[in-house]
Amino acid sequence: MSPSDTTLPISAIDDDAPETRRSILERSLLFCRRQPLGTFGLALCIVMLIAGLGAEWLAPYSPTANDFSAMTEPPSWAHLLGTDQFGRDLLSRIIYGARTALIVGFSCAIVGGFVGLVLGVGSAYFGGRIDAWLQRVFDVLMAFPLIIMALAVVAIFGTGVQNVIVAITVPLVPRCARVVRSSALSIREVPYVDAARACGFGHVRIIMRHMVPNVMAPFLILITAFVGQAILAEASLSYLGLGVQEPVAAWGLMLQGGAEEYASTAPWIAVFPGLAIALTVFGISLYGDALRDVLDPKMRDR
Amino acid sequence: MTMMRGVCAAGLAAILTTGAAGVVAAADAPKRGGTLTYVIPADGPPSFDGHRETTFATVHATAPFYSVLIRINPNDPGSTTDFVCDLCTQMPKPTDDGKTWTFKIRQDVKWHDGSPLTAYDVATSWQYVVRPPEGMTSARASYFVMVDKVEAPDASTVVFRLKFATDAFLPGLADPFAYVYKKDILEKDPHWYEKNIMGSGPFKFASYDVGQSVKGVRNDDYYRKGQPYLDGIVGLFAPKQAVRVDAMRADRASLEFRGLPPSARDQLVKELGDKLTVQTSDWNCGNLITINHKKKPFDDVRVRRALALAIDQWNGAPALAKIANVHTVGGVVFPGSPLAAKKEELQKLTGFWPDINKSRAEAKRLLKEAGVEGMSFELVNRNIDQPYKFVGTWVIDEWSKVGLKVNQRVVPTGPWYEAMRGGTFDVVVEANCQGVVNPLMDVGKYLPHAVYTENYGQYEDQKEIDIYNAMIRETDFAKQRALIRQFETHVLDTEAHAIQVLWWSRIIPARSYVKGWKISPSHFVNQDLANVWLDK
Repeated sequence: MSPSDTTLPISAIDDDAPETRRSILERSLLFCRRQPLGTFGLALCIVMLIAGLGAEWLAPYSPTANDFSAMTEPPSWAHLLGTDQFGRDLLSRIIYGARTALIVGFSCAIVGGFVGLVLGVGSAYFGGRIDAWLQRVFDVLMAFPLIIMALAVVAIFGTGVQNVIVAITVPLVPRCARVVRSSALSIREVPYVDAARACGFGHVRIIMRHMVPNVMAPFLILITAFVGQAILAEASLSYLGLGVQEPVAAWGLMLQGGAEEYASTAPWIAVFPGLAIALTVFGISLYGDALRDVLDPKMRDR
Repeated sequence: MTMMRGVCAAGLAAILTTGAAGVVAAADAPKRGGTLTYVIPADGPPSFDGHRETTFATVHATAPFYSVLIRINPNDPGSTTDFVCDLCTQMPKPTDDGKTWTFKIRQDVKWHDGSPLTAYDVATSWQYVVRPPEGMTSARASYFVMVDKVEAPDASTVVFRLKFATDAFLPGLADPFAYVYKKDILEKDPHWYEKNIMGSGPFKFASYDVGQSVKGVRNDDYYRKGQPYLDGIVGLFAPKQAVRVDAMRADRASLEFRGLPPSARDQLVKELGDKLTVQTSDWNCGNLITINHKKKPFDDVRVRRALALAIDQWNGAPALAKIANVHTVGGVVFPGSPLAAKKEELQKLTGFWPDINKSRAEAKRLLKEAGVEGMSFELVNRNIDQPYKFVGTWVIDEWSKVGLKVNQRVVPTGPWYEAMRGGTFDVVVEANCQGVVNPLMDVGKYLPHAVYTENYGQYEDQKEIDIYNAMIRETDFAKQRALIRQFETHVLDTEAHAIQVLWWSRIIPARSYVKGWKISPSHFVNQDLANVWLDK
């Protein structure tokens, strides 16, 4: 190997090396500076997280308590975002709605992502008939748009938070498995995997120690995208009356209650939950994009 | 006494039916021609057979094609006692101490296939309604427990022989679902009318597109000369309220006959101004909360009473009336009826106490005594906004005020019926919707399932049945009223079998050019559209 062949890689490593030694704070500040939009997205996500986790302390009113003396009141000091047709405080319902969105979003993304990871890596590693069968099953599942698939699952299992999670998780699995498999296929062929096989390591060890860590970058990016998709799907299902049910506070459900009947007479009933959905999904998308830029070496080089 | 009731009912009808717009003024001469397009808030009827079905989706789609024996006066449909002939020639007086009713049938009526309609057709149709043959279903058979026989001694006479005289018979006879079918067809295939339409009504069936529309054209041989005024009718199926409101706003439909909520009315009035008229009426429909007596702890009357005591109906009614088509606090009888409980009578019953704090304190005490403080249960509800989901959301909040944790499961109509019929629910929101106001029969909904198949409370109660039997045989108004109070107290208070919540309010906005149609307390009544015309 000539000296000139090694120059470029060494230089690249040098560029990256200090970053790995930086503190978390330094790395966070660097992320903020390099990814302002991603930072904005992360801030939106953090606001949502805080709202969801601290709803009991943050919400000024009970999200389910009717107040017939304050029905469809516009935003005021007493009710910053106004009230809905039952006199319930919209701000409180949006804050509690963040919890529903968090539960559904993260549950679906984590469960769907994890199952997809296992199936995707397993499919790539074993290949052959297992791979062929799994891919055909995924083809069938992916032939349906996410919301249609979720609708079908809800139709079978019924409504409610748990069933909505199942309904959204099922269509996320093949989407994750497909992406993870494509990364895992290239890793399967690298020499260290062959070496591990030659050393007599078991399948589980090879998959867990050598393959999974190498598909984590696309997997993490997918997970963030899935959180946004799951929140959107939950809102859509609830809007269609097939998701979370009253009186539980959920953004899609709030939109359903307000959009049809009160769009012209009390628009705040539909506008604020709509904004909450839009900002959260927007924030997660921005953060996901930034994460991809940071984790994907090709993107990082650009 | 009968006269007093008549005056009472007429007065009530005048009070109940308000909003005179859309009413034919005396000077207005009906104009002929045009097609009325109306929206039906459903995907479509489960079948076309009025004898079998109980839904407005069937009656709104098919009533214009059929005739009935008698009906509520279409020019006075708000009345609870003004019955007039449709196929008969004049309203008879009963003989044999009120046990025999003889109707003379018009001889100028033709089926849409051109053949003449006779008393044999009428008698056979009624025999199917009163006592359907094996394998057939009549949704209203239980309304006619008093009928012994229906006979046609000749081609122009139908005789109803009763086992006992009762005031419930005549209103039952005016049932808008009791279409007269052709005897030959019924005898050849009793299920034919489930999928086909062939009547003698003001409109002839033209077409039906599943999930889309039903169409009819004028019956030129209709026996009421000059009617119908319209050339045709089109019923568009549109389950989504937003679609129906948009259709009316854009004048793609002129009205819907079931009823829109106050918010939709306000929106349309604001946008259409004098191009829209609104008729309103109390509605012979009320929501009730049915409790499954076979599920613990609901087998304990203390728990059932606590559920009723927690709900503040008096403050809930005026508030919910602003956002949903509910309006009136009432007991088991339609509040517009002379047989209904007065406010002071109602306030003695569980769930209607005027002091809600005292009521909820008692509810908490009963729950504690039953050992189920802070219990959780599931409320099954129907996936229909107005007013089911509004009522569901309201009662869940009311129950939370006595520490109950309730999870709502909203399901489409099919699974909702399945849950009720299969007894796989804890508590369910349902409704008691009736046609012609007939309190003696309308309260049948509260009778045990063995007597009334559409009761889903899963209980047996012989005492209740005994009171009911005495009630329907009583013809003296004062005694009848006292027995209804006894029945009501037993059902809602002593046993708390169910919780009667709010009675509905019917709001019908229509394009101002629609004339001749008048609102009634039932969305099943006055739907043959023979007297509707368009002032265009």
